[in-house]
Amino acid sequence: MRFQLIGVNHKSAPLEVRERLAIPESRLPDTCRDLNNYPGIEEAMVISTCNRVEIVAHTTNGHADLRGFLYDHFHLKPEELDAHLYEFREKDAVRHLFRVASSLDSMVVGEAQILGQVKEAYATARAVGAVRGQLDQLFSRAFAVAKRVRTETAVGSSSVSIASVAVELAKKIFGTLEGKTVFIVGAGKMSELAARHLMAHGCASIFVANRTYERAIGLAQRFNGQAIKFDDLYNTCDRADIVITSTGSPHAIFRREHGEQFLSRRKNRPMFFIDIAVPRDVSPEMGKLDGIFTYDIDDLQQAVSSHVADRHKEAELAEAIITSEVERFEARLHTLDVVPTIVSLQDHLETIRQAEIDRVRGRMGQLTPEQEIAIEALTRGIINKVMHTPITTLKTAAKESEATTVVDVVRRLFNLHDKAEAPPEKKNEVGMRP
Amino acid sequence: MSLLWLRFALACYFIGLVYAFVALSRTSDLFSRIALHAASLGMVFHFVSLTELFLSGHVVWASVHNGESLLAFLSMSFFMLIYAIYQTTSPGVVVFPVVFFLTFVAALDEQPVLLTQFVSHKGWLAAHIFLIFIGYAALLVSFGASLLYLLQERRLKAKKSTSLISFLPALEVIDQIGYRSLLLGFPFMTLGLLTGSVVAISAYGHLDFLDPKIMLSVLMWVVYMVMVFTRWNSGWRGRRAAFLATFAFVAALAAWAANYFSAIHRFAAS
Repeated sequence: MRFQLIGVNHKSAPLEVRERLAIPESRLPDTCRDLNNYPGIEEAMVISTCNRVEIVAHTTNGHADLRGFLYDHFHLKPEELDAHLYEFREKDAVRHLFRVASSLDSMVVGEAQILGQVKEAYATARAVGAVRGQLDQLFSRAFAVAKRVRTETAVGSSSVSIASVAVELAKKIFGTLEGKTVFIVGAGKMSELAARHLMAHGCASIFVANRTYERAIGLAQRFNGQAIKFDDLYNTCDRADIVITSTGSPHAIFRREHGEQFLSRRKNRPMFFIDIAVPRDVSPEMGKLDGIFTYDIDDLQQAVSSHVADRHKEAELAEAIITSEVERFEARLHTLDVVPTIVSLQDHLETIRQAEIDRVRGRMGQLTPEQEIAIEALTRGIINKVMHTPITTLKTAAKESEATTVVDVVRRLFNLHDKAEAPPEKKNEVGMRP
Repeated sequence: MSLLWLRFALACYFIGLVYAFVALSRTSDLFSRIALHAASLGMVFHFVSLTELFLSGHVVWASVHNGESLLAFLSMSFFMLIYAIYQTTSPGVVVFPVVFFLTFVAALDEQPVLLTQFVSHKGWLAAHIFLIFIGYAALLVSFGASLLYLLQERRLKAKKSTSLISFLPALEVIDQIGYRSLLLGFPFMTLGLLTGSVVAISAYGHLDFLDPKIMLSVLMWVVYMVMVFTRWNSGWRGRRAAFLATFAFVAALAAWAANYFSAIHRFAAS
């Protein structure tokens, strides 16, 4: 098990740092490829969400220089990044990934979005061939663990999403949302979700602006709304009470002067900006204006986390599940290590048995079918009896650290050198067996 | 007897006063309900007290203490009206202390009614007092709402996680309470000042604009008008509106206090 994990999350790094590390969806495949060409890495993938950027890798020796990759890739100096990085190896890396997938490491413990995001990252990496053997197993297990945590604990039961918090905040400002107008700037899943929540609570009309006008039209149609050309954004925006913005723009697109314009055109009626973009779309300066209320992703999540203090108990339960699952995964990986040996041992003995039967058959002459079966059963029985102890020993040893030693001894005793060097593909096929 | 009922009312309002101080720091549904019931009960006592005064025959409001009692009652009615419409007790944070203070002063002792001796048009005088007091009560609520608006705005801007649950209603609701009170109060205040002028002219033959009472009243009315106008015209709210509302409120307090310096608006030998 030579897993390594490095990254930053909402606890270790402020939004400013995460903004610099964020990898846009479009560049994720390239990053994955770069990563896989980096020395010491066998397979690796990136999870990049608004709350975390993490590299999960299976390395040749367990000591690949993932930090070095981050410095190079993001053109950052070690002193800028080191204070915010966390790094896990082996068992700890597995545990961390399980916790992330199960939403225990989320700002809002139990929120459901993270699992989807990890799955997407996994699919992207798989598509470019960055995930093959070990990592594939690790992630499959992580998804299974996440599912188990979700079904066996109540961690996700009162799952409060960003979207529903946005609705609550909007209600704090506007009272009722009846007849309010929503403006989506930058079509994205999360903004669509937030808009859907707002509409469900009474918002009446919706505008959509997107750099790609066609996408704006598509989204607007789904909401019975109106698509706006991106160039007309500033002229129409003041008509909206609630603006959900999530563009991929590297700079703030709403600045103080825009806010002042909007307010004067709206006769100072308040506006609520939900900024779920990283980097942020609304400049902090604009948020200081009277009558403009801006909540960026961190603010929203903080608001969410105040709802969920009572999830701690369930989270403890979930942590216990994670611990046992990490043990299980570790054991399974070790077992996988011994499985090829067991298989080749069985193959080896089977070959001997067949050869011996063939050898004696000539001398015994014609046998009745009953006799055939009897010989078959007899020889098999002997082999199984003899094999029983070594195989059990191998399997037990697999769960402990001495696995490699035992495997070595067995291989040497039975002269299994050739077969143990089975190509990795074969190993994995064996591993796929339940 | 009227004074006794008033003191009962005062005891009830005291609970409201405690609520006003507690509500700012913590939210308790139970306590706001208790405060609401106490205030309602207080209003019943208060009403009995006022009715007894009324039945005594004179234009009895024309004594400082009786006037204060009436103003407290009207403010409380305003508070209840808002509660009926918006289901929020939060304006109580401002209204309760003021009501308690007014009732407390009014419940101290009884005063002779002196002003009425100079006035021939008693109907005009009664109208003046009623109208202007409704104007005052509306101004008080509007002032309170603008403070609450500031408070809520600050909470929302501070993005404190606790801000999600608070005793304050939504920002726009506070804004509406303030604006509607303002609009409602304005005609009363205007008519109150007009009827007051009529009374003054009938008593003295002319209006002395240099008299502090009249000067401050006019100032207050002008600020009031500026508030309505800026709000209507450019939607002033938040800090600027609170500033104006505070100014109007201080002017109103000054106009009230001017009773003690004014030559023409002397209630009693105070």
